[in-house]
Amino acid sequence: MIETVAARISAHPFFAALTDEQRAALAEDGAAVTFTAGGRLFDEGGIADRFWLIEDGGIALDMRVPGRGDQIIETMGAGAVLGWSWLHPPYRWHFGAVARVDTTAIEFEAPSVRRRCDADPAFGYAALRLFTPVITERLQATRLRLLDLYASAAQVRQRETQQADT
Amino acid sequence: MTGQGTGTVMPAPAEQAPAVPRFYRVASRREDTDDTVTVELTEPDGPVPAFAPGQFAMLTALGIGEVPISVSGLGDGGGGRARLLEHTLRAVGAVTRALCAAQPGGLIGVRGPFGTGWDVASAAGRDLVIVAGGIGLAPLRPVVLTALADRSRYGRIVLLAGARTPGDLLYGGELDRWRRAGVEVAVTVDQADSGWSGEVGLVTALIKPAGLAPGNSVAFICGPDIMMRVTADALAALGIPAGRIRVSLERNMRCGAAWCGHCQLGPLLVCRDGPVVGYDRAAALMRVREL
Repeated sequence: MIETVAARISAHPFFAALTDEQRAALAEDGAAVTFTAGGRLFDEGGIADRFWLIEDGGIALDMRVPGRGDQIIETMGAGAVLGWSWLHPPYRWHFGAVARVDTTAIEFEAPSVRRRCDADPAFGYAALRLFTPVITERLQATRLRLLDLYASAAQVRQRETQQADT
Repeated sequence: MTGQGTGTVMPAPAEQAPAVPRFYRVASRREDTDDTVTVELTEPDGPVPAFAPGQFAMLTALGIGEVPISVSGLGDGGGGRARLLEHTLRAVGAVTRALCAAQPGGLIGVRGPFGTGWDVASAAGRDLVIVAGGIGLAPLRPVVLTALADRSRYGRIVLLAGARTPGDLLYGGELDRWRRAGVEVAVTVDQADSGWSGEVGLVTALIKPAGLAPGNSVAFICGPDIMMRVTADALAALGIPAGRIRVSLERNMRCGAAWCGHCQLGPLLVCRDGPVVGYDRAAALMRVREL
């Protein structure tokens, strides 16, 4: 299984910036997993001890809102990296995640990856350089969504009125 | 809205008396969303002028005012023989509210066609990457219809559409028909509701999963300026040359005939040199705060 995961990691563009040795080390912490549609990967507030490279299928990030159920915040599909709460304390998920459809992924043991980062600063720096663009891209997308670009003037007024009422 | 930079001469702006509206009758009216309506207009006294996909008309609500609106269809299924004009309007002000309220049989003033078009024909042999944000899907609808009417001339037709909410998505039933006709349609919304099972996020998130072939693609983008900029930048970063990325600019069009200068954007008069402009020309202009 490790060979299979190693080959998949080596072939994936997300890991292209790593050296062969770094990819091999990462592969030791990876395993192929599948999630059936509707299966929950993690809950908000749970321990963030894994992260995933989505190979096929799709995941929804969600948050439980009282009176409104699980609200989907963002979806991601093949090629996306899921989970970065494992990088920094308190190592807790800020959102939940559920498989929207049958999904295959490579799942990584985050505590082990963290130990490798601590023990080998070059590996740790390379890992951070992998994740920083992912975090930046999502942050920029979130900022743009905050602008509510598609809203009409009436919708903007309605939102401002609601905000003033709260 | 929808312009130039593509190098193709489009039909001349309203050959006769471009400042004088002709009166069209509302043939049908369809409510697309809570605040968006599509009207079909026919000219009572003659043939409908040859609008090209991407061009716009100045629509007059009698006694209220005039607004620039791109054509969202020509009643020809993209076949190039316009039978009527279709315009998709969002009620955002006094004029558009009045136009949206116009009922079948009513009259709407029309000036045009104005501006440059998408020049879909020049993309023959290539993949079409169509990216729409919000009501920006309306000016892009004729691109899809034109390509479907002459399907063998084009490679893949990829439509990526973003909407505020599922209820704000235009042409829901038509999207399904386009899918069945072979258009690769992906849709995302900014805010999902409990009935939504599709994607949630920015429209640019749809680009990577689409598996585009940048070397053989022509992109058509319409939506809010910022959405067009980030989408065009993402497509350019993927490798689509800026000259093969077309955006539809929306500025303060008034005369439609490059007389008044209200729509000036740097060296461009958008009513004449746009609304469809190649991103190689538009990119720098779209970043100038004062413009």
